[in-house]
Amino acid sequence: MTIQAEETKTITLIEALGQALDDALSSDPDVFLLGEDIIDPAGGAFGLTRGLSTKYGRERVRETPISEQAIIGAGIGAAMLGAKPIAEIMIADFYAVCLDQVANHAAKLRYMSGGRTTVPLTIRGMLSGGLNFAAQHSQSVEAWLLHTPGLKVAMPSTPADAKGLLTTAIHDPDPVILLEPVALYTVTGPVPVGRHEVPVGQADVKRVGADVTVVTYGPCVPMALAAAEELAGEISVEVVDLRWLAPWDKETVLESVSKTGRAVVMHQAVECCGFGAEISSVISENLWSVLEGPVLRVAGANTPVPYATELEQAHMPGTNDLVKAIRSTGEWKSRG
Amino acid sequence: MTSKARRLGIYETMYRIYATDVAMRSLITSGKVSVIYYSPRGQEGIPAAVSAALTPDDYITTTYRGIHDTIAKGADLKEVVAEIVGRKTGTCKGKGGIMHLSDPRVGVMATSGIVGGAIPIANGLALRSQMTDSDAVTISYFGDGATNIGAFHESLNLAAVWRLPVVFVCQNNQYGEFTPRMDSMNVQHIADRAASYGMPGVTVDGNDPDATYEVAAAAIERARAGQGPTLIEATTYRFMGHVFGVDQMEYMPKEEMAAAIAADPVPAYRSRLIGDGEAREDEIASIESKVDREVADAVEFALASPVPDSLDAFTDVYAKGAVA
Repeated sequence: MTIQAEETKTITLIEALGQALDDALSSDPDVFLLGEDIIDPAGGAFGLTRGLSTKYGRERVRETPISEQAIIGAGIGAAMLGAKPIAEIMIADFYAVCLDQVANHAAKLRYMSGGRTTVPLTIRGMLSGGLNFAAQHSQSVEAWLLHTPGLKVAMPSTPADAKGLLTTAIHDPDPVILLEPVALYTVTGPVPVGRHEVPVGQADVKRVGADVTVVTYGPCVPMALAAAEELAGEISVEVVDLRWLAPWDKETVLESVSKTGRAVVMHQAVECCGFGAEISSVISENLWSVLEGPVLRVAGANTPVPYATELEQAHMPGTNDLVKAIRSTGEWKSRG
Repeated sequence: MTSKARRLGIYETMYRIYATDVAMRSLITSGKVSVIYYSPRGQEGIPAAVSAALTPDDYITTTYRGIHDTIAKGADLKEVVAEIVGRKTGTCKGKGGIMHLSDPRVGVMATSGIVGGAIPIANGLALRSQMTDSDAVTISYFGDGATNIGAFHESLNLAAVWRLPVVFVCQNNQYGEFTPRMDSMNVQHIADRAASYGMPGVTVDGNDPDATYEVAAAAIERARAGQGPTLIEATTYRFMGHVFGVDQMEYMPKEEMAAAIAADPVPAYRSRLIGDGEAREDEIASIESKVDREVADAVEFALASPVPDSLDAFTDVYAKGAVA
C-alpha cells in the first residue's frame, strides 16, 4: 500500500484527477495542459478540468482543435525541450487517429536518438465501457499501447490511485499514458491531501486471500472485490490491482500466485490478444510447477462493443463471470 | 554577415551535402557497406539556403530523406556518416540510421521515417519556444507527398491558430516515392494550401539558393517576431529516385531527368558565384578541397568505428534502466 498515515479527504475519482492536475500546474511552471474542450466554462466533457483555465490562464490550459495528431505532436515537441505537457485524448478510442504520434514517435524518439532526446509527456483521458456509448466510444485499447516498447501505461481503480498515478506520470521522464475508467469517475474514496505518488510499476493487493489470485486493473477491480466478497467463507480470493500495466509488477503477481496456486486474470478489453494473455503466459512460464491448473481469463467477448444495455452487458465481463471462473478453479485436480 | 560571406557559406554547405552524398553512394555501390539510403542529390540548395538564415539555437525536424537538412543545420559529419553505416559512434549510437538522424546539440530534434510524421512535433518545439519567450524558430522540412497526410493539415491549422514560430518548408521534388505529384493532388502550387489555414504560402525555386534564402529569411524573421507560421514550397528535383540503388526510376521520364540534371543546383550556384565576382575559381576550389578532406575524414572515422555492442539494443528504451 502506498497510502501512508497522512491526512486524507474523501472525494470522487474525477475530483482526484483534477486535484493532481491543479497541484502540478501550481507547483511546476513547466507543466501545461492541452486538449479538446478542456477550458472553462465546460472544463472538459465531464468537467474534470473545470476551473483550471480560469486559475492558470489559457496559455497553460490550452484549448485545441479536434486534431489528435496535432495535440500529441505538440506535446511531444514541447516535452523534448523540457516542458511537462499533459495532453488529453478525450476518449481512448481516439488513440486510433493519433497512434502514429504515440507509437511511432513519443514511444521511440529516445531510443531512435540513442538516448539523446527524451519525451516527458503525459497523455490522459477517458476509457469508457459500460455506459451505452457503443462501438467507437467504449473500447479498452490498452493492448494497442502495451504492444509498443517505450510507453508507460497506467489505469487507476480508486481515487487515491488516480491522483497518485497521474502525479507520478507528470513527473516521469518518459511518455506515460493514463487510461481513466469513466465508469469509476464518481466512485469516492479517501485521497491524501498532499502530494501523492504511486511508484512506477507498483501493484497493490486490494484484498488478501489464500485460495485464488485475481489479477486485474481499472474498471474490473470493483467487480473482483465484489466477487471476493460474494465468495467469502467459501473461497478466499486475493485481488491484485496492477495499476501499472507497463511496466507491470510481475513480482507481486508471481508472489501471490505462488501462495494461492490458482489465478484468474480479468479485464474489460476483448479477450483475443488482450493483456490477460500476457499475464497468463508470464504466470505459466514462471510458476508451472506450483500451479494447480491453467490460468483463466475473464474478458470482453471478441465482438465490437454493442450499444443497447442488454447487448453491452452480454459483451462485457461482469462479477458473475468472475465468480464462475473462480469457482471453476476449484474443480482442478491437484497435481499431487 | 556580408552577402558574399553568406553566399559562399551557402555554397560550402551545398558542397558538403553533395560530397557526403557522393561518398555515401560510393560506399554502397562499392559494396563496402550495405545500408538503406535516401539520396538528397539535387535538393542541396534548399536547406543550405534556409540554414543560412538560422542560428545554432533554432530547431529543425525532417524526414527520412533529410541528411542534407541535418548536415546543413550543423550536425557533426563524422557522427552522421557513422550513424548511417550503423556504428556505435553514430549520432544515435547506431539505433536510428538515416531515417532517424538527430542531433539535439545543434537543434536537429527529430527525423521521422513516417511521411509527414514529424510535422506535428515541429509545432511542439515552436510552442515551447513561444511559451518560454525564447527567440528560437523551428523549421519543419518535409516533401510534397507529406502534404497529402492528415498530420500536415492538422499541424498547419494548429500552428496558424496558435501563431507558432514555425516555418514549414516543403521540398517539392515532384515525386512521392514512385508516384508523380500531380497524380496525387489537384493543386499546381502546394503553397496554395496555406490559404486554407489563414497562413502565408510562398512558392520559390528551391534550386535557386539566393531566392530561397530571401523567402526563408523573411518567413523566419516573421516567425521570430511573433507573427506566426509560413508555408514555403521550394521546388526541386530528386536525381536518385526514392531508395538509392533499389529504385530503377522507370517512372521518371528521361527528358525530365535530363533537364533537371542540366539545371543541377550545385554547379549552377558555383558558376553564378564566380560569374557574380563573389569568388575566383581557385577560392571556390579551395573551399571544395577543404570539404573533401572533411568528408574523407568522416568516412574514415565511420568505417574505423566499432559496431554497437549487442547489449546496446536493450538500453535507451526508457530513461532509467532497460527493461519494461
